[in-house]
Formats: sequence, C-alpha cells, structure tokens
Amino acid sequence: MPDHANSLASGSLLLKGGRVVDPKHRRDGIFDVKIEDGLISQIDKGLPCDDETVIEVPSSVVVCPGLVDIHVHLREPGQEHKETVATGVQAAVAGGFVGVACMPNTEPVNDHSGVTELILRRAEEAGLSQVYPIGAVSIGSKGEHLTEFGELHRAGCVAVSDDGHPVADSLLMRRALEYASMFNMPVINHCEDPSLKGDGSANEGYKASVLGLRGIPGAAESIMVERDVSLSELTGGHVHVAHMSSRGSLRAVRSGKDRDVSVTCEVTPHHFVLTDESLSYDTNLKMNPPLREIADRDAMIQGLVDGSIDVIATDHAPHHADEKAVEFDSAPFGIVGLETAVPLVLDRLLHTGTLSLSRIIELLAVNPARVLGLEAGGLQVGKPADITFLAPESTVEVSAAAFRSKGRNTPFDGWRLQGAVAGTMVRGRMVYKASGVTGAEALGEVAAGQ
Amino acid sequence: MNEQGDSISSIDANVKRPKLRSRHLLSISDLSLEEILLILETARAMKEVGTRPIKKVPTLRGKTVVNLFFEPSTRTRASFEIAEKRLSADALNIAAMTSSLLKGETLADTARNIEAMAPDMIVVRHGASGACHMLADISNSRIINAGDGMHEHPTQALLDALTIREHKPSIKGKKVAIIGDLLHSRVLRSNVLLLNALGAEVWVSGPATLMPRGIDRFGVTATTSVDAAVSEADVVMMLRIQTERMRGHFFPSAREYFRLFGLTRDRLRLAKADAIVLHPGPLNRGVEISSEVADGPGSVILEQVSNGVAVRMAILYLLAGSEGEADHA
Repeated sequence: MPDHANSLASGSLLLKGGRVVDPKHRRDGIFDVKIEDGLISQIDKGLPCDDETVIEVPSSVVVCPGLVDIHVHLREPGQEHKETVATGVQAAVAGGFVGVACMPNTEPVNDHSGVTELILRRAEEAGLSQVYPIGAVSIGSKGEHLTEFGELHRAGCVAVSDDGHPVADSLLMRRALEYASMFNMPVINHCEDPSLKGDGSANEGYKASVLGLRGIPGAAESIMVERDVSLSELTGGHVHVAHMSSRGSLRAVRSGKDRDVSVTCEVTPHHFVLTDESLSYDTNLKMNPPLREIADRDAMIQGLVDGSIDVIATDHAPHHADEKAVEFDSAPFGIVGLETAVPLVLDRLLHTGTLSLSRIIELLAVNPARVLGLEAGGLQVGKPADITFLAPESTVEVSAAAFRSKGRNTPFDGWRLQGAVAGTMVRGRMVYKASGVTGAEALGEVAAGQ
Repeated sequence: MNEQGDSISSIDANVKRPKLRSRHLLSISDLSLEEILLILETARAMKEVGTRPIKKVPTLRGKTVVNLFFEPSTRTRASFEIAEKRLSADALNIAAMTSSLLKGETLADTARNIEAMAPDMIVVRHGASGACHMLADISNSRIINAGDGMHEHPTQALLDALTIREHKPSIKGKKVAIIGDLLHSRVLRSNVLLLNALGAEVWVSGPATLMPRGIDRFGVTATTSVDAAVSEADVVMMLRIQTERMRGHFFPSAREYFRLFGLTRDRLRLAKADAIVLHPGPLNRGVEISSEVADGPGSVILEQVSNGVAVRMAILYLLAGSEGEADHA
C-alpha cells in the first residue's frame, strides 16, 4: 500500500525497558526497541547500549504499535473553518494516532485524484501522522455514478465510501463491492436507510419522545447492514460497516462472519460509553448514528469482547462552534474524537476489566491497519518506527479548550478519565509528548516541525 | 374550594408576592406540585380581574414582556397579550415573519438582540424542541415556553388543569383520556406531566403510527383502542390532527382517521355521563372531533380559552415575583 511517508528520522535510538505490547507479533513483556534511521532495527531483551540516544522507558509507560484511526473527517478542502489537514493531524498525534483515514465528504468531494493528491500534499507539509485518504464511491457522493476507483487508488486512496451519504441503491453498492475488490479496497458504508431516518435527529426511544425530538430507529441502520452483508456474500467484496451503533446491526455482522462473509465493522468510543439516557438539547450529543439505548451500548461492548467488532474508530467530526450553537434540530451531526479516544477506551474498557491491553491494541492498531490493507499495526524489524506510548494508569481531565483540533464539539469536556497517551512517535521521530502525564517526561524531546 | 379574597387584593395592592423557584417556565417538570397548585389558585383569583368593568390591575406596571413567536399562533399569542395588558405590562409582539430571521440571523443572535433591550420576560413559541432552553441559557430575562416544537406547551396544560378542576374539583383518581396525534403533540407531553403530578389516571390513545416510542415509561396507559380509552372517562382531551401528517404515511385519510379515532357523540357515550371534553384548538371539525361534540353539552373548549388568559396572568405574575433573585442570577 502507498505510504505517504514523512521522512524517516536519522540517527539511532534505543527505547530501553518498557512494557512492549504488540499483539500482531504476540509480544507482551519488557523489551528494548532499537531504532535506526527511523526504522525498527531490533526488538529484544537487554539490548546493549552503544552510542545511540537512550530513552529509559518508565515502567508506567506501555510501548505499542502506533494507533490508526480509520474514520476521521479532516474537512480540507472546503471546510477549513472546521478543521484542516494540519490541525487534524496535530489532533491525531496528540490522541496517539500515527495514521488517520479521512472521509471524502470534503468540498469538493474526494471523488477525483486531484482532491486526493491535495490532501496528501497537505499531510506531507504537516509531517505528523500518516493520512490515508478514502475516495468517494460515487461522483459527488450522489449515489448515481461510480468514481474512478482505479485512479483514486493510484493517487493514494485506501478505501472508498460515500460516508454521510449511505449507498442506498443496492445495484450501485453491488457494483462498488465487485469493482473495489480489484484494488483490494474495502467499501466503507455508513449504513442507514434514508427513508427510515427521515428528518430524525436522535435515537427513536423514550428520551427522544420526552424531549420531542424526531427519532431515528436502530432498524434504519441494521436493515442496510443486513443488505450489505448479503451483497458482500454475493460478490465476495469486502464491506466495512462504519460506526455501528445498533444491536441489530451487530447481529447481522455476526451472522455474516459465521458464514465467512468478508464483512468488518467499527464502533466509536461514544457508542460504547454513552446512551440516549444522557440525551439533552446539548448539540454535542447530536451525532449520526445517534446515541442508542442501553441494550445497544451493552451489545457493542459485548461485540468488542467476543471479537465480532474489529475496530474502534472515532468518526472525528469537527464543527465550528457557531454551527453547533443552534437549535438541536438544526445542528450538524457529529463530535470530535481523536483526542478523547484513548482515555475513553482505557478508562471504560481496560480499567473496568472488560478488555485486555492486548485486545485494545488489536482494536486500535492491528485491525484498523488490516481492514485498510496497511503495513502498519505492528512493531516489526525493518519497518518504520511508528509507536504510541500509553500511560494506562495516568488520570487526565478532558479539556476541549486545549484540543489541537479546531473542533471543540465534545460531550466529554471536563470528564476525568484514567488512561492517557504519553507520546507518539512517527518514523522514529517523537512528534508528540504529553504534559502532565506520568512518565511522559522521560520520552525525549519532540522533534522540531519540518 | 374557597375563593381567596385576600389573594385578589394582594394582586391589586402588590404586597404579598409568592414566587416560583425556577426563573423560567420551560417545562411542567420545572414546577413542584405546590407550585402547580399555587399557579392554579392564583389563576382563579386572576379570573376575577376579567369580570371587572375595568379589566386592568397595575401589578406589572413598568415591566416589559416580549412575545417572540417563531410560529404562527392566534390563540396563544392573543391570550398572552391580553394577560400582559390586564397586568399593565408593556407588551411587544415579534412575529418570525417580520423579524430578521428571514435574513438568516440565528436564534441565539435574535435572542441576544432582544435581551440587549432589557425586557423582563420573553414568551417564546418556536418550531424546534428545546429552543426555549437555549434562550434560557443565554438570556437574563425570564423565559416562558409558549410551545417548543414537539416538546412542551406548559401554559396549555395549566389552563387545561384549571378548566378540569372547575368541573372536577379533585383530579386525583379521575380518568383522563388524551386522544390523537400523540407523537407530534407538545400539549400531550405537558399534560401527561401535569396530570400525573395531580394524581389523575391518564390514558392515551391514537393510531400506532403516532404513538411515541417509549410511551410505556410516561406513566400512562397507552392503547390504540379509542373506545377503551374513552370508556368511563371523566375527561376526554382531544388533540389536533394535522392532515399534513398523511404525507408521512401516518394515516391514510382524514375520513378513516375520523372513523377510527374521531370523537363522536356515540363514542362519547362510553365515557361517564358528566364527562367533559377539551381540545387545545384550533379544531378540525369532522377530523378529530364532530361538531355535535365540540359544540355539545360536555364541551368546555371555550372555557379553556377564557381560562388561558387567567393562567397566563398567574404565571406572569408569579414569575415576576422572583425578580430579586433573578437580578443577581
């Protein structure tokens, strides 16, 4: 796959004595990691120190393969008031992500290699995390004509999706799956039947009824997941279900997986942390899919435990404060997620005893890379040193005002969560180091911007 | 039920001013049971003002009340305006059609501009649920919800309760059937909260397509059988059905709706002999209610309208009563 690499760091570096968790290579223990010219050159116990820079990794810090978020909105081109590629990747590395896959709903839509190339150029200029563009399935994401998948792939797209605009036409979806399979690209679908969604703005349930908000039933999602599983079975094409939220969808995915259908899926932190019980007129609680019922939230957690859910992705959706400061009905859907994902995952899944650290890294690094066919997701000799340093025991308080992202639209502002990102390394270069996180100070200096 | 002479004189003399805990009236859930009863008692006193040759008391003299209506309304807007004038407040009407809303100003900015002119109270009607909450968050004035989207219409529920109590002195244990478009009705939501607080036995009925999800958690008995809901009812409250709803496939025709859910004289015979019939208006005769019922002996529909003025006077008066705190809030 194309790696739109930021240049490799030069010189050599030894990460000494940290707990390395690398589920792709079944490694979990105290190891030293040696990095030469931005590539991992050795992973072993008790590596000798030569002349290189040595970082004594504190015992409180976990060294793991760099996290990859396969569902973000970077808003550039066209909506730079919400986010730019540059601010988006700053938020990414601050959230522990060495790579992000960005959805094509920009202006213009990323339905043409020219847009893809622009995004990649901006990413290269920013020089922080990798950016993996996702091309549109249909021209203008209008659901009518296929885009040139071959051209988009050549330009660097890793998947196709009309995210935000479900591929409602079943024939178009079928053809997309067949055609994309030639390029080993998954078709990522925002599964939602448009007529069932109607003008709904919250989960159809008790809370929406009390607040007088129009509902979106869980069936609006699951009905299209069922269809897409059937189409994947028919065509052999890889369908990836974006931000799954309803238990009916999970049942459909499970049933597909039981039949070896090529279906994968992701869930966002907000869908396994929040439910519609916390709904109010706060527009930072308006996202699509909406916060579902307790039974749905519990099903998502169960899916993370039993392996039916492959990936945790954020659906990072920055909006300008003005756009959210309107009536609930009129507000745009979406919340930012890059800088809250790791604390939410560690607090709600690790410290509750729900998932092991190793399984969490599968969900945040190994599987995201696998779904998009990327080389990333593991610590491997000869490969770029893309590393996330976690401080699972450190408690942080979410501060929207301190986000690197331009978006402040989060329902988690002020939450105290146990589990933090201590630092992020891309291509052997420290690109982010947290302040106020125990152990982070030992991780060396953040490299000067390019 | 004793008419309290001294409460009337207190309105005139502006001496003893009871007040509400909440600065705003956004939802019936803002009110305690005691406050609900206080509003209803105060409204009874306010009614007397409307029987005087000079229907005006100086209670809110020097106060400015803005009626900010983003949706068309005849009855509610007129009712508030008359209430304000009877209390000697300076009332200003702003209708969405004539405001800068058409120029693309946000609700928040419209509110801030009105706020800058320092009104004491803003009566708001808006098509979006929660719009009044938003105004309450950014405004120093007291906000009275005159209907927000599909959420609530608290003054309607209070005037309904006043009307019911005039006929059924104790609402506790009385069977109240609310029938119609439950899904889109803000009148329903406010009434369920209020009637439950007063201890009524609340039944709701309407087509399955217009039944809100989670209605089982509203503390009501829900049924698609209108006959079951009306049977032995003390109070039948009809909700307006909007024929536009046919576009959302909620029901096939006005004719079928009337046949299955409309309140006819035959259907009303299932209720108690002294049952009363309410409707928030405007009426769709022959759709949700027959003319013979709307104009018949049990109908208290016009009493509701009269009581609307008294209830709104009571709310304006009681909300103004908490001004000391508000200025420091």
